[in-house]
Amino acid sequence: MKLYEIAHSRAGDKGNISTLSLIPFEESNYTLLKEKVTIEKLKVHLQHIVKGEIVRYEMDNVQALLFVCQNALESGVTTSLSLDPHGKTLSSYLLEMEI
Amino acid sequence: MKTIRIGSGAGFSGDRIEPAVLLAEKADLNYLVLECLAERTIALAQKRKLANPDLGYDPLLEKRIRPLLPHIKKNKVRLISNIGAANPLAAAKKIKEISIELGLEFKIAAVLGDDVLEFVELNKSSLQTLETGKSLAKYDILSANAYIGAEGIVEALHQGADIIITGRVADPSLFLAPMLFEFNWESTDWEKLGRGTIVGHLLECAGQLTGGYFADLRHKKIEDLANLGFPFADVSEDGLATFSKLPKTGGLLNLKTAKEQLLYEVVNPHAYLTPDVSADFMSVQLKEIEPNQVQLFAGGGNEKPKTLKVSVGYRAFFQGEGEISYGGSDAVERAKLAGEIILQRFKSEQSEQSEQGFFQINANNKSEGLELQIALSETGGKKDQIWDLRIELIGVDSLFQGSLQNSKPTEVRLRVVGKATTAELANLIGEEVDALYTNGPAGGGGVRKNTIEQIGIVSVLFPRELIEQTVIFV
Repeated sequence: MKLYEIAHSRAGDKGNISTLSLIPFEESNYTLLKEKVTIEKLKVHLQHIVKGEIVRYEMDNVQALLFVCQNALESGVTTSLSLDPHGKTLSSYLLEMEI
Repeated sequence: MKTIRIGSGAGFSGDRIEPAVLLAEKADLNYLVLECLAERTIALAQKRKLANPDLGYDPLLEKRIRPLLPHIKKNKVRLISNIGAANPLAAAKKIKEISIELGLEFKIAAVLGDDVLEFVELNKSSLQTLETGKSLAKYDILSANAYIGAEGIVEALHQGADIIITGRVADPSLFLAPMLFEFNWESTDWEKLGRGTIVGHLLECAGQLTGGYFADLRHKKIEDLANLGFPFADVSEDGLATFSKLPKTGGLLNLKTAKEQLLYEVVNPHAYLTPDVSADFMSVQLKEIEPNQVQLFAGGGNEKPKTLKVSVGYRAFFQGEGEISYGGSDAVERAKLAGEIILQRFKSEQSEQSEQGFFQINANNKSEGLELQIALSETGGKKDQIWDLRIELIGVDSLFQGSLQNSKPTEVRLRVVGKATTAELANLIGEEVDALYTNGPAGGGGVRKNTIEQIGIVSVLFPRELIEQTVIFV
């Protein structure tokens, strides 16, 4: 199953950092996401994109995960040559992850 | 308990115009905030100010502000915006001019103090960037603006301003300011400041709270995005708030849209730093109380940071770019061939010119399978070079490095982009793509090319005592 089936996401940017939220459609799936979307697994999924560390915040208060990915935007929004320098589309890429 | 109503009428400099007009007209607002700056916006505005000292504010200012003025006058709504960009004083004067034209009287104030270019220029050898650790002396600096907090706006409100125009005030601080003014919060009441900042964070991207940037066609259907309604919040003295949007507007406000915005661009939810406070998102609770109404309760804060972040804009490089489309069942193959031709052209120019030191491109062809991603290692800093030449296929590998591929597209667009030390060199990239018309594979069409000077942003930390905000009425 792809994350897309059970969760949604929005990507944000700060300099060369990409922030990726992961929010289950049904709050009952929050525990499943915590179990399945580990930093190790996400690192593999994002291996061609994120070159730095990934920190995972478990926001139990709103039943959502937040991934903060360092060195993810090819030197950063203002100097990246990427067609999508903000990495806005990375939210869709995250949701393609198989669990 | 006293409450005030704050509307969010713009979430970035290119936002739609009408939603703010609708809010000003119909939402019984006390305050309307327009957030119009992104990381690089001020640096670009600074460039315009250098060319003409009367400019340097947001280019859409007149278009955005003019239709609001009659409504905010009639409904007694106070307007706060960072639309002043690199030149808040000129922006305030421009708004004064428009208001006189419309026969409307306002007290209009500009808040200054974020522009620290002079100080940064003088001290650049002792300042290091947060991103690279390099000395600022290595950069060709164009602008330096500190993210400043709410206090200048609060002062302007105390002095009776109806319209307050700022430069680089931090986004949530634009919203926190009216709360500080109306509720007389202590500037060290971190919990309330934290909550007010979280309210501001939820509002600062306008339609992104109410169903904009959210929809898909399967799980997340959103009605009438063509008429998206922007949000407003009823904020109470304890710093908590209820968010809504106007009836008969498009979009949706529910727990899901609110959560996406709550977590948006948050680098550390324990400590979301603004000039005013370190807000704590880990205790935030959200509740859907009615259709299109979400309540925020809990949320906290800790002591504000001792330093302010300064965004330094610098002249980074010239970016040259060219694109061409291919269609048909072998579109990908022909586009790849076109990319290989371009690469060969640059390589041969390199060998011809390298003795004169004109070109220096280090090719490192990582092409495999469908992926045609050629990254050239950076050799920046030297004279007259093209570097980081990147050749990719839009429709195949331009977004995720080719990591997601299932079927073969029947139309595809070759994109060639690179960095150059001069505009003339950067132009060569588009020119080579253009020449594919009569020299490349069959059926290439729709060439577009352009060259821009790219302004980069790096950050430095700055002792906050060095920043003094001033309020000037025009």
